[in-house]
Amino acid sequence: MTTSILHRITGVGLYLGALMGAGWALALAGGPVRYDDYMRLLGSPLGKFVLFGMTASMFFHLGNGIRHLFWDMGEGFELKTAEFSAWLVIGFTVVATLFTWGLAYLTGAL
Amino acid sequence: MSYRTDHSRARGLGAAKHGAAHWIGERVSAVALVPLCVWIVFAAIRLARGDYSTAVNFIGNPFNAVLLALLILVGFWHMHAGMRVVVEDYIHDHFGKAALLILNLFVCVLFGALAVFAILKVAITGGSF
Repeated sequence: MTTSILHRITGVGLYLGALMGAGWALALAGGPVRYDDYMRLLGSPLGKFVLFGMTASMFFHLGNGIRHLFWDMGEGFELKTAEFSAWLVIGFTVVATLFTWGLAYLTGAL
Repeated sequence: MSYRTDHSRARGLGAAKHGAAHWIGERVSAVALVPLCVWIVFAAIRLARGDYSTAVNFIGNPFNAVLLALLILVGFWHMHAGMRVVVEDYIHDHFGKAALLILNLFVCVLFGALAVFAILKVAITGGSF
């Protein structure tokens, strides 16, 4: 139940994230000055906060989306299975988000 | 559409009155987005580490330019499909629904096209230093 509404909320969030991505492409096409400005915006504390939220939203939506694809094929509907897969998606979201930001930190991307 | 069953062809009576092709498109795009999203995470870390020339070199690689363009096309298609369902489910006023569905389409097509064009411009011209 909670994962279902979260799927929509994260989807709407990622809609805005994709527009930020389009903004990145336009900034890049705009030349080095605009690109640096845009990257500084993304690298600001608020920018990082938003990007962290986008990362978590993306992994949740991806994991839960795969869950939906199984449901569409008629698999995994049993209450116990559905509950287990819900926790699996939440666990995956946390691990993948921390892994991504850990990797970014360790490789000097932050 | 060979994906559709005879039953679905006969009925066509969902909340939106039609939409099997829309439903299938949303799921096919979802499958394509799984590897593309994993790829963009690693690409984004590389890009965050670098500067303008890093990004231009990245886009200069045809493999990256094409994957990024595909991510934009499939991603914006999927966004449009998903937001359409959200609007259809929550907005009941006819005028409001029509207006938001059109806005959703225009936003997705406009920004998707702008982003793809921007990527192609940098890929082909090699940026401006």
